[in-house]
Amino acid sequence: MRNNDIDFGTPAVLNGLPNGSPDGASSEKVSLTVDGHRIEVPAGTSIMRAAVEVGIPIPKLCATDSLQAFGSCRLCLIEVEGRRGLHASCTEPVREGMAVRTQNEHIAKIRRGVMELYISDHPLDCLTCSANGDCELQDMAGAVGLREVRYGDGANHLESDIDASNPYFSFDPSKCIVCSRCVRACDEVQGTFALTIDGRGFDASVKTGAEDFFSSECVSCGACVQACPTATLMEKSVIDHGVPDRVVKTTCAYCGVGCSFKAELKGDQVVRMTPDKDGLANHGHSCVKGRFAWGYANHTERILEPMIRDDIDDPWRAVTWDEAISHTARRLKAIQAEHGINAIGGITSSRCTNEEVWVVMKMIRAAFGNNNVDTCARVCHSPTGYGLKQTFGTSAGTQNFDSVADADLMMVIGANPTDGHPVFASRMKRRLRQGAKLIVLDPRRIDLVRSPHVQAEYHLPLLPGTNVPMMNAFAHVVVTEGLIDHDFVKERCDLASFEEWVGFAACEENSPEHVADEIGVPAEDIRAAARLYANAGNAAIYYGLGVTEHSQGSTMVMAMANLAMATGNIGRPGVGINPLRGQNNVQGACDMGSFPHELSGNRPIGDDALRAQFERAWGVAIGAEPGFRIPNMLNAACAGEFKAMYIQGEDLAQSDPNTQHVEEALAAMECVIVQDLFLNETAKFAHVFFPGTSFLEKDGTFTNAERRINRVRPVMPPKTGMAEWEVTQALATALGYPMQYASASEIMDEVAALTPTFANVSFDLLDRVGSVQWPCTDAAPTGTPIMHRDTFVRGKGMFVLTDYQPTEERANRKFPLLLTTGRILTQYNVGAQTRRTKNLEWLNEDLLEIHPADAELRGLREGDWVSVTSRMGEISLRATVTERVVPGVVYTTFHHPDTGTNVVTTNLSDWATNCPEYKVTAVEVRPANHRSSWQETFGVRLTEQTDLLPQT
Amino acid sequence: MSIAKVPRETLAIALGADELAAELARSGHEVVRTGSYGLCWAEPMIDIDGIAYGPVTDLADLDAVRLGPVDALPDLARQERRVFDRCGRADPFDYDPAWVRSQLERDPAEIIDEIEASGLRGRGGAGFPAHIKWRTVHDTPADEKYVVVNADEGDSGTFADRLIMEGDPFRLIEGMLLAGRAVGARKGIVYLRSEYPLAAEIFARAIKSARAMGLLETCAIELFVGAGAYICGEETSLLESLEGKRGEIRAKPPVPAVAGLFGKPTLVHNVITLCAVSGILDKGGAAYADLGVGASTGTMAFQLAGNVEKGALIEIPFGVSLRELVEDWGGGTRTGRPVGAVQVGGPLGAYLKGEQIDTPMTYEALAAIGAGVGHGGIVVFDDTVDLVRQAHYAFAFCAHESCGKCTPCRIGAVRGKEMVEALMASPRSGGELAIIRDLCDVMEQASLCQMGGMTPIPVRSALGLK
Repeated sequence: MRNNDIDFGTPAVLNGLPNGSPDGASSEKVSLTVDGHRIEVPAGTSIMRAAVEVGIPIPKLCATDSLQAFGSCRLCLIEVEGRRGLHASCTEPVREGMAVRTQNEHIAKIRRGVMELYISDHPLDCLTCSANGDCELQDMAGAVGLREVRYGDGANHLESDIDASNPYFSFDPSKCIVCSRCVRACDEVQGTFALTIDGRGFDASVKTGAEDFFSSECVSCGACVQACPTATLMEKSVIDHGVPDRVVKTTCAYCGVGCSFKAELKGDQVVRMTPDKDGLANHGHSCVKGRFAWGYANHTERILEPMIRDDIDDPWRAVTWDEAISHTARRLKAIQAEHGINAIGGITSSRCTNEEVWVVMKMIRAAFGNNNVDTCARVCHSPTGYGLKQTFGTSAGTQNFDSVADADLMMVIGANPTDGHPVFASRMKRRLRQGAKLIVLDPRRIDLVRSPHVQAEYHLPLLPGTNVPMMNAFAHVVVTEGLIDHDFVKERCDLASFEEWVGFAACEENSPEHVADEIGVPAEDIRAAARLYANAGNAAIYYGLGVTEHSQGSTMVMAMANLAMATGNIGRPGVGINPLRGQNNVQGACDMGSFPHELSGNRPIGDDALRAQFERAWGVAIGAEPGFRIPNMLNAACAGEFKAMYIQGEDLAQSDPNTQHVEEALAAMECVIVQDLFLNETAKFAHVFFPGTSFLEKDGTFTNAERRINRVRPVMPPKTGMAEWEVTQALATALGYPMQYASASEIMDEVAALTPTFANVSFDLLDRVGSVQWPCTDAAPTGTPIMHRDTFVRGKGMFVLTDYQPTEERANRKFPLLLTTGRILTQYNVGAQTRRTKNLEWLNEDLLEIHPADAELRGLREGDWVSVTSRMGEISLRATVTERVVPGVVYTTFHHPDTGTNVVTTNLSDWATNCPEYKVTAVEVRPANHRSSWQETFGVRLTEQTDLLPQT
Repeated sequence: MSIAKVPRETLAIALGADELAAELARSGHEVVRTGSYGLCWAEPMIDIDGIAYGPVTDLADLDAVRLGPVDALPDLARQERRVFDRCGRADPFDYDPAWVRSQLERDPAEIIDEIEASGLRGRGGAGFPAHIKWRTVHDTPADEKYVVVNADEGDSGTFADRLIMEGDPFRLIEGMLLAGRAVGARKGIVYLRSEYPLAAEIFARAIKSARAMGLLETCAIELFVGAGAYICGEETSLLESLEGKRGEIRAKPPVPAVAGLFGKPTLVHNVITLCAVSGILDKGGAAYADLGVGASTGTMAFQLAGNVEKGALIEIPFGVSLRELVEDWGGGTRTGRPVGAVQVGGPLGAYLKGEQIDTPMTYEALAAIGAGVGHGGIVVFDDTVDLVRQAHYAFAFCAHESCGKCTPCRIGAVRGKEMVEALMASPRSGGELAIIRDLCDVMEQASLCQMGGMTPIPVRSALGLK
């Protein structure tokens, strides 16, 4: 697919600053003429960009508008009246009154001469080249009218070896024009600095710091491939299938950054996914998952037909949709008839679209007739919703991602952005390279703590479970050292609650000196970091599940909110409380009201007037009492009171804590309905399997971590024959509650009509403006990037006391280590998608990180098999010995079902929202020479259940 | 006891100065190690109680190489030494900081005015008016500013930077401190080429000594030794290298005076430019401007090398003709044959021949014939020179030293070399000359920096291309 986006050659000048440059020109306007056309542009704009704005593209190769001007290709030369010689239009800024000439015979001759040099060291195999038709070198040779290369058989690079080590792209130096776009993209856009130009003069060539791309620091984000103007860095899928011929713009289905992508296709076949320059969440950047790891959508293990069975030991029967739906409706009605209306329920998925979530939520309330609906956000960001609602009045992050460009300080708490939210991490790193300061609060030394051109001022490696005393100590420093922003507090906050909070924070029990031992961080470091935060100017908090997944998750969210209010860090660009959402649609799934106690927009189910509004719209009665949360459902199932569950796109049996308890609950139910792409761990306990659709087949919207509602557009019809919302609609109808949406956009219309935060949102609006951040109000019809600007949504900002109640999960002699869990760059969550891609080539197992001191004590070496035992259970996996974790803390991931990481995690959860305490489990680690008994059982079940699948 | 002054300077040492010094000490002389006067033809040149001898090979037969009283040596007395006035006379560490202390009290604006009045231009090659840089750095607001000294002296036939850094390192320190005072820089860094170990040792010692004297309290001075790339003598490449990156040209604008080292306003000057500052401030800018011709004010340290009888550094006012330098000061070719060509201004300078050799040495007169003063290097060839080979060498040099960033230089230099090779193989075909002519246009017009941009100068002049 020829790239039809306009490339302005150099970045726009924003607020007087050329994008990414700390020292830019002012925001004044400059007027000039280009080939006689008058134009006015911001000072600091390049002549090249000004020319493109008047519609005069200047030939170029090293320039592209995602990168700072470089001035190496020398094709873009122009003349300026009254000045001698030729000037590179990419590096030459406009000046008032300048008269630029982009074309004349002399310029043309010099450009042809430069192009003749390029082509004298380039293979002339255009017709068989993978970039044929999509090559800027080819385009430029045409543009400058090169007709002849007079240099004979001189020195060249035509025999260079191809580096095909990366699973997704290849590097062919023989086609390289050494424009450095890849090197600069790696530096400026991604911030990894994995590439360099090695050698000088004619020997100058692109190199990684290692033997090849795969073994280098490269994180496979694709920025270099995106930037390459030739076939030098090329997707293997394009080499295999050819240049794509059409484009569908859509949204990535991995993390909560919600990157906009162009699916580039040949017919229905995706040839490559490229990040969309116009995407406001990602601005043309991507990571290894979104850019490359989409092959799971066509994986042979995908199940495409509905299946049913009576018992989980029976073989599956593939059936028609009609039969599957009528069978399921019959089962559910029968269970409700026998066990009561509340014996069934369901959960919605943060991986599905807003529209898919909405219909499941609605089906449960309207067709199941109860409020037993919950969402998998329960196990990740429910404390965010609760905490920010209490303090600010909205269950969402306060900023847009772009806000980070104005931050003077970032405090990253319990998040690992370079692995979990890589595209946003690159934005953070860009700002850090410009001089913003960084504080990291994390038990592990995450990559942000120290990586090329980024170094945290403070890394406070607190012990798992001690977030709240840490934040209270920050509050103590702010309160007792006179660091409060009194003007902000007086104008914006509830003063009574503030006064009470000041009294609380000032208590000696909250002083850094008092809590330092428990936290495991020296008091002076805590004080210094707190001062840095309070005095920074614009200080922004970014946090992840290391905040929420604790017994005190909600307390911690409120403690951060208190701190931000007290220091005036709310309500403008560069500040705020920013949850980094784990999944693509966590925000949306919560917004859609898939909570037992809340209707859409986080409004209480107990509100009679609100319920009446829904009842009118839906034509059914809705109960005022909250229904079951996920843990309630599982407990009730174990108790024999809860018999059926509709599980949309979540793998409870792998992702929820205390796996053995989850398995027991699933096995106790009579009708478990799983809607998913693959026979996941939960489906092994299911009676009905509704095959789901991948994001490439979906029509709908995702809402990312910055409240941005983005369109998800189908590039192909559902491989299963039915969209997921159609399946839910059919089931609801079969249950006696007819749903008659003709399209996903009608569902969004209903969401918008019933939900103030989604008011005015429609597919039409999104298709017109690209994306919006809710709310879209009359004053801000295309959305609200920054919340709480003049007043808090709840009116006055509310300080909440954040008393510390330690978790019951304690290390002791038997379980002396604290296990905390997370994820890695190349894998995603339970790995259902990423394990079915070549991302496995980077790492195909979960590893236990253990500090050298703890390893030595136990006689463990790198790569040894170890058993990890908690009060809940035991697993075995291989260890990696690293100082990334502090002594006393071990870490692993939960990407691989055969590891069973959640076999050891506990039933403890956040006091307010039941968000599980994944981040703190007391364990012992010992050398092992066998799989654990759970793992043995897992293996047996895997074989059995796979055998029960219909033979094709 | 008689006092024997023996240069501690790279060339003199290579020719045995250290051994002579030891022998003189053994024979009861009080030996003082000085810098060199720069009369290379006379090295090792020693001074015993005011009488110069050189080149000295045998202390037993000094009379054979007696040159006469140092102060009366015509080759020195005829010079107008404003930069090298102290060089060679004394132990460079025998230094009195009183004068520079007093100068550091002066108002920055007043210092810059004096520099402007002097008409001083950059001695590294480009000849850019110094005061404009000083004023720009002074006027650009920033939390940090730098003075960076380009001592990456890589031009063929040049040695002025080395000579002064070995012979009078405090002259450079004075220039840096005064420049720092004028532009508001608190840090000065000298970027020295790695091939000058003795200069590095002497200058490092001078920094230490200056620090001990308390001279560096307002402007710290550091020495940074490069890694042997000619291209790092280009100022932006030098700054990249100082920042720890690969020595690669930065596109301008912004100029270093606005955004230089680590993005801060940076005054980048060649060693000799800064070493002229003391003289200017001491005697006044106007007095300096009285020397020279037109806009080529003051003195220039010409360095005679190549096939020349009397290789030397000659500091005299601008305006002398090239012939006078080569034949009068230099004594003609060493081979005794007629002068065939003279390359002025380093490897990227023009080969001048015939009546061009009568050109007065000023920025303007040389520019008028497509040549340049450069760093003052003058390399002499006799009439046996093969200028086609020199054209080949020009491309080969560019190919070897190109940073590889811009296309005209990265590929053009290699193609140029290949074309000259083809020309040498079949001199009559003529096709190559047309290609070389076009290539020179492309390199001159399109190169990112003067490495590629000036390579056509020696090529065209050697091949007689217009």
